[in-house]
Amino acid sequence: MFRKPRRKLYFLIFVLPTLAAFIIGFVYPFFHGIYLSFCNFKTTSNATFVGFDNYIAAFQNEGFIRSFWFTCLFVVTSVILINLIAFFVAYALTLGIRGSNIFRTVFFVPNLIGGIILGYIWQQIFNAILKNYSTNLELNATFGFWGLVILMCWQQAGYMMIIYIAGFQSVPADLYEAARIDGANKKQVLSNVTLPMMMPSITICTFLTLTNSFKLFDQNLALTNGAPGVVSESGTMIYQTEMMALNIYKTFYSNANSRGVGQAEGVIFFLIVVVIALAQLFLTRRKEVQA
Amino acid sequence: MKKTVIKRASALTLAALMAGSALAGCQSGGGTSSAAGDATTAAAQSEAPKGNAANGKVYYLNFKPEQDAAWQNLAKKFTEEKGIPVTVKTAAEGTYEETLTAEMDKKEAPTLFQVNGPVGLKNWKDYCMDLANADITKQLTSQDFALKDGDKTLGVAYVIESYGIIYNKTLLQKYCDSDFATVKSIDEINSFEKLKTVADEIQANKDALGVKGAFTSAGMDASSDWRFKTHLANLPIYFEYKDEGIGTTDAIKGTYLDNYKNIWDLYITDSTCDKTELASKTGTDAETEFINGDAVFFQNGSWEYGAVTEGGLKDEDLGMLPIYIGVGDEAKQGLCTGTENYWCVNNNASDDDKAATLNFINWCVTSETGTAAMADEMGFVIPFQAAKDSTNVFVKIDKDLTAAGKTPVSWNFPTMPSEDWKNGVGTALTQYAAGTGDWDAVVKAFVDGWKTEAAKNA
Repeated sequence: MFRKPRRKLYFLIFVLPTLAAFIIGFVYPFFHGIYLSFCNFKTTSNATFVGFDNYIAAFQNEGFIRSFWFTCLFVVTSVILINLIAFFVAYALTLGIRGSNIFRTVFFVPNLIGGIILGYIWQQIFNAILKNYSTNLELNATFGFWGLVILMCWQQAGYMMIIYIAGFQSVPADLYEAARIDGANKKQVLSNVTLPMMMPSITICTFLTLTNSFKLFDQNLALTNGAPGVVSESGTMIYQTEMMALNIYKTFYSNANSRGVGQAEGVIFFLIVVVIALAQLFLTRRKEVQA
Repeated sequence: MKKTVIKRASALTLAALMAGSALAGCQSGGGTSSAAGDATTAAAQSEAPKGNAANGKVYYLNFKPEQDAAWQNLAKKFTEEKGIPVTVKTAAEGTYEETLTAEMDKKEAPTLFQVNGPVGLKNWKDYCMDLANADITKQLTSQDFALKDGDKTLGVAYVIESYGIIYNKTLLQKYCDSDFATVKSIDEINSFEKLKTVADEIQANKDALGVKGAFTSAGMDASSDWRFKTHLANLPIYFEYKDEGIGTTDAIKGTYLDNYKNIWDLYITDSTCDKTELASKTGTDAETEFINGDAVFFQNGSWEYGAVTEGGLKDEDLGMLPIYIGVGDEAKQGLCTGTENYWCVNNNASDDDKAATLNFINWCVTSETGTAAMADEMGFVIPFQAAKDSTNVFVKIDKDLTAAGKTPVSWNFPTMPSEDWKNGVGTALTQYAAGTGDWDAVVKAFVDGWKTEAAKNA
């Protein structure tokens, strides 16, 4: 008789701590942040409402627009490279060669190191090499871009590899057997059996790499900090290797009137990430099949 | 069936994760909003605070990480003596603005903080108490050290520093005594022409003198580039301001940028390394070269005294020349002396806390304990009447030069419009040195960049 209400009560009690943390940590700051994006402020508790001024300023911010295109380029490059590398490493490590467990661990370890530390380590590696050609990361945006790509591949490929390995192992052996009996060659097995069965892993991996790359901040800050900066035609300072998150952070602190603009850029950024991620999820989910 | 459920659950989890971290990404300072409203209400008042210091407390947000221990120490002594609690927190290197923004939002906001000059003040002037009638302002040796906004005194400088071209006296004397030297005495170096002659001759005869170059490497790594994009750039700005009779501007003309080019060319040509290597040279590289006697000249400031003496150089080995760029009455030019450290008292603090804070800073610069700690432990030269003499050789040189009738070059770089402006000039200088860019890019970053960045502050 009293079973049902009681369950409800338990449910509430158990969910409460997490819910409270979620509201304090995410929900409240999120809505407060949206409110602040319409304000001119110095500290968050002392803001004056200014309407859409910040959004107009954000769209007029040359650096912000440029960082958007730079981020897109980076995302496309790194999503493709990371997934290709991870997929083939996973493939190689499920063939049953000796010591594959050690290799799996080795490939996974970079993922455990923090982004800032990785950024500084790779900065030293790249600069030590580039020194021989009398240049460095801060001088040449092309090196900065590829530096970021290499860093991200190195860090992320191992993690994606684990997901792909799980995917490979979940493909039922009888499917391969059936394909072999039907006379399929290796290429046909890969494209008609393995890949369709792997779609859930591919969905998760592209989703993760896409959002991770889009939101990249630490590695960008530590590796190049946006350098080199070049003054554009209109006299604005444009950082050549600055991604969106870094641009938002820098805009926020750049001058006396820029905090609201940075906040508005943050909201725009959020919307972009949501749209892209949902679209990607929708597109790859369509390709998933049931065994 | 089961698979779909798991998939859906994992997709949901992922979506939540993504949304969560995306949110975390765009939130910069969400959190407490306890002090809402009262920040703008109190207009800066110029009368002495009404509060009772004994009931107040001090919270100092310190800017200089290297002095953290000394401040903690001094705060403890003050509390022992006066019974007023003092909290000192130090922002991590390079994150003062971020830390201050976050701390100012708290209920227990700093009662004492600092700004770097007029540009920094723009951010925080609504939070600064008018110090015009405070005791500490009356203790200043010159009212030039007060940071004013209109008729209000919103900040008080608490440390004065000097920079110029540090030289190795022993090596420079060795040059003067050589046959190839045109300049026969160190005292004769009193213009850009002479400096260039000396540097060129040292560079041409570096093997005979046992050095690798006249100047230490002008490294453009982030640990060293401020010496050129900020400190060296101060000189063309100073002379332009002087011509125009102004103290700050929204549009720099760049009248003396050719002179800036000349001195930069000198630094990168008569150097310990090839100019293409400068991009990755660090501050430590230059310091090491100077300490090891690989170079004669080293552009740096009085704060460098500790490092070079610990490195083994003696007081009598060290000297400092003004940075001559070939403008104005060079024979009368002194070192670049000024400050970018101003104390401000939080206007939104309670009257008791304000009184306590004023009491604390006044004690720091007048009491024996305070002045001794600031001079000996922190190595500061403070612009207050009770200041204790410093043992720093470079500070003494500055004093001597001023006494000899030379005019110190003031610090105008706190009026540079933004960090972006400095970075723009820095990158252009680096690329010019590396040969991948031309001087026009420096001029563009300097002049056009100034205009754009200054407009953003308006």
